[in-house]
Amino acid sequence: MPLTESDLQAIWLTLRLASIVTLILLFIGTPIAWWLARSKKWWKGPVAAVVALPLVLPPSVLGFYLLLAMGPEGPVGQLTQSLGLGLLPFTFWGLVIASVFYSLPFMVQPLQTAFEAIGNRPMEVAATLRASPLDAFFTVAVPLSMPGFMTASILTFAHTVGEFGVVLMIGGNIPGVSRVVSVQIYDYVESMDYLQAHRLSAVMLAFSFVVLLVMYLWRPSSKKGM
Amino acid sequence: MTARYFIAAFMAYISTPSFADEVQVAVAANFVGPMQKIAALFEQSSGHKIRMSSGATGKFYAQIKNGAPFEVLLAADEQTPSRLEKKGLATEPFTYAIGKLVLWSAKASFIDDKGEVLKTDRFTRLALANPKLAPYGLAASETLKILGVYEKLTPKFVTGENIAQTYQFIGTGNAELGFIAMSQAFESGKLKNGSAWIVPPTFYSPIRQNAVLLSKGKNKPAAKALIQFLQSAPAKAIINASGYTI
Repeated sequence: MPLTESDLQAIWLTLRLASIVTLILLFIGTPIAWWLARSKKWWKGPVAAVVALPLVLPPSVLGFYLLLAMGPEGPVGQLTQSLGLGLLPFTFWGLVIASVFYSLPFMVQPLQTAFEAIGNRPMEVAATLRASPLDAFFTVAVPLSMPGFMTASILTFAHTVGEFGVVLMIGGNIPGVSRVVSVQIYDYVESMDYLQAHRLSAVMLAFSFVVLLVMYLWRPSSKKGM
Repeated sequence: MTARYFIAAFMAYISTPSFADEVQVAVAANFVGPMQKIAALFEQSSGHKIRMSSGATGKFYAQIKNGAPFEVLLAADEQTPSRLEKKGLATEPFTYAIGKLVLWSAKASFIDDKGEVLKTDRFTRLALANPKLAPYGLAASETLKILGVYEKLTPKFVTGENIAQTYQFIGTGNAELGFIAMSQAFESGKLKNGSAWIVPPTFYSPIRQNAVLLSKGKNKPAAKALIQFLQSAPAKAIINASGYTI
């Protein structure tokens, strides 16, 4: 499969983006999912709704608001400028932050389901054995919900790889910085280079299929926490 | 062949029933504004109705090739209409508008009337449309080469997939300045906001926007009438007032 050098660059960039976003979301998404699974506060509903928003919103809406928010007049843009970081759009870290928003529900929702499936009992037992809540979380809840962590990470990773609309809106299509695979394919299609579009798309298709296949093959044996 | 089916699946177009006195027009995104005015005039004077779709010219090409029910195409370039003609999907193209390139900033008095700002370090991002995809992007890169700043400014490029997105990059202030179509920044000959430099037409090859009668409209009086109307004096007046020449 003869991919060009810029294709390989786009693939490498995409994998780097997806890995970093998945790692960040493991840290951010886990406490949110834990809280959503166990809280009985009335504002649990609104929080769950906000987390799920990227599932519903068109990427054009998300991308447009991110562009405004991270711009020189926007709240995020003013913050990053005052911290001496400059503006985030058209940078790799801008993409990372946008993707964290975009992929949030793909991390939180499977984790929340996994945490809910554990129930209160194991945590109460751990508490009676004098485990601190944090200790109990890491020694009881995390191992019990390992399948949930796997699913959430794979979905987040794969979803970030497939991201298109948002990176198109805020990325600026810069080689090696924000030109991810999906944008590269779009460029090929628009410039009517269907052969090259087809080659790179086939790689994406194969990759997505393998990821999902691995997830589904591995799923039945570990129903716990799903 | 497989590539073609692949594209067809993506671009599947839901066709709508058309009537004898209705014409389906595909319009390049940069020409939607003037086309709305032209359409209103045309509908008034001819009694025909126009059904308009706007989008990227490259996308229209793929859709038309795969059987989209468009009868007239107003493209953003010369190549796409000729390509359709060669495939026997359209009659002979004609130029309906010639685009003008401007360097624009949302900030007032940021841009001087000679484009000297391009030689300074007063900005970190320069937005232009992707030169591979958009004629205005190509014109922008030609201009930068003439000015001798292309190489130096490459690291500052942010490229939109079309001039609408490029406008957005500049309009939101994320890029301090950039190249767009004059029709986007000017209305009835006046700059709407910010500051701009109208790039001399000698700096870039002409941005000819060509139109064609597509094979689906070959036998439709409304489609043929629209093609004629586009070349009439009232239509040309609107086109000239919208930041194009013809």
